[in-house]
Amino acid sequence: MPNKSQSTLSADANEYSNPFKNSRVSKMNKVMPVLLFLCAIVSVLTTIGIVVTLLSETINFFKVVPIQDFLFGTKWSALIEPQRFGILPLLTGTLMITTIAIVVALPIGLASAIYLSEYAPDKVRRIIKPILEVLAGVPTIVYGYFAISIITPVIQFIFPGAGVYNALSAGIAVGIMIIPMICSLSEDAMSAVPRSLRDGAYALGATRFEVALKIVVPAAFSGIVSSAVLAFSRALGETMIVSLAAGSTPTLTFNPLDSIQTMTAYIVQVSLGDVARGSIEYGSIFAVGMTLFIFTFLLNILAQYISRRFREEY
Amino acid sequence: MNIFQDANRQQIANRRLKDHLLHTLFLLATSVGIIALTVLIIDIIIDGWAHLSPDLFTNFPSRKAENAGMKSGLIGSLYILLILIPLSFVMGVGAAIYLEEYAPKNKFTRLVQLNISTLAGVPSIVYGILGLALFVRMLGLEKSLISGALTMTLLVLPVIIVASQEAIRAVPRSRRDASFALGATKWQTVSRSVLPSSIPGILTGVILAVSRAIGETAPLIIVGASTYVAFLPQSLTDAFTAMPIQIYNWISRPQVEFKDLGASAIIILLAILILLNISAVIIRNRYQKKF
Repeated sequence: MPNKSQSTLSADANEYSNPFKNSRVSKMNKVMPVLLFLCAIVSVLTTIGIVVTLLSETINFFKVVPIQDFLFGTKWSALIEPQRFGILPLLTGTLMITTIAIVVALPIGLASAIYLSEYAPDKVRRIIKPILEVLAGVPTIVYGYFAISIITPVIQFIFPGAGVYNALSAGIAVGIMIIPMICSLSEDAMSAVPRSLRDGAYALGATRFEVALKIVVPAAFSGIVSSAVLAFSRALGETMIVSLAAGSTPTLTFNPLDSIQTMTAYIVQVSLGDVARGSIEYGSIFAVGMTLFIFTFLLNILAQYISRRFREEY
Repeated sequence: MNIFQDANRQQIANRRLKDHLLHTLFLLATSVGIIALTVLIIDIIIDGWAHLSPDLFTNFPSRKAENAGMKSGLIGSLYILLILIPLSFVMGVGAAIYLEEYAPKNKFTRLVQLNISTLAGVPSIVYGILGLALFVRMLGLEKSLISGALTMTLLVLPVIIVASQEAIRAVPRSRRDASFALGATKWQTVSRSVLPSSIPGILTGVILAVSRAIGETAPLIIVGASTYVAFLPQSLTDAFTAMPIQIYNWISRPQVEFKDLGASAIIILLAILILLNISAVIIRNRYQKKF
């Protein structure tokens, strides 16, 4: 490091006599951080954009439709007269799909995670993990096709009363879609449990199953729960499978064989038609989207909180 | 004593049996995913193989299934990628460099970081709503190619940022120090030493983002991709369609011929995705440097 007098000297000489100083290089060095900062700001602006657009259009919507009708109304008929905007049918539809999906995916995903992390030999892991990655990369529209061409006929064969569009078929397809997510996130959590804990249990004579269930799963519990919450949030926002397989009749029902409509499927249905700006249907997209956004946002925050707050440190 | 030992043996045998049973059960659960993938692929190939013909690439959509193709969808998806890749690459890598190399460790940086991970969890349909309000209406771009491409760019940005951050973080401190020791400025160090060594990881992230963008349907429906486009977009503000939109349109129809046509379009979509994934794996294995 130069001392003080030297540094003032070189500062004086800086502009004209430093033969190593390239003006273009130093300009880039000053300009680039600003440009890069702007890039990073885009993501913040995206979030602000999402919140502001959803909020402003939702407020406009609530000027026409009273907020209590929206929250507690039991009838949703936005596209047919008389128009009614009670979100409950869309909400129960959405929750039914996500519940079925979690019931399908959680046991299978967890069991696969335990198998991969505790039982599988290295060779098998190296084959199965890429397959699960492929499964995670399949576009949701393809799962939608899978639902209507395979799952629905099977369901109709087992339950002859089931409709062409039913919640069960869509729910199972969404469940298959989120298996890789639960499996890989839970497996990450389980692999993070240190070897020594397992060895301790094995030394006491525990079987692999006992090690998995009584040592590894409790130690990785926060990661497992947060993977389930994230998968739930993903299922909540799933769109194409439900618009293809679950139907478009918003009914307040708890029968999984009925045709229902989810929040996302409603937004797609409205968007496929031609909606004039400022119309009440246009506003309803934002009100429903806002509801969906709040749900998924809270779930994501919850997942992050769980994985940080309840993490076992080793 | 003997009785005690026998009881013990019995207990151990039970526990072993339980272990074996559950081993099988876990293995079965794992195979569910694999079976589902196999059934899905076989089903799609059975339904779609017959309709797989060059017409699919060269014909526009039509009311008659035997004449219908998805030229406009293929070209539409291609145009979207041509806009999306450079935009999201520059912005995503730029944001990652800022966060990893320049950002001060303060509250604001942590907020930006938290924001990116939250954005990755926002449902794609919400991006569609943002695109509808921002690009289609507020900026007056209407239901156009550019509205769709910009919406998709925002959607894939978090994927690229996170992947690039990981790649940049993996470059060891010593590389930067070596560059600084040679008298390089911060930007010279970042652009000529850090970036080149992290480019394989970044490319893998970009490929993942591209495969996400190719298959994403919902946001494009919300920003108004048309389901019936019998021309190619000539400018950025023309109406457009994309591959998954065309597939959605076909498989949501009641006629079996259109459903099968949708299946053959899915074969093409999956083939493209598999090629992308393979190239990502190749890049990862061949160019990834171990530091």
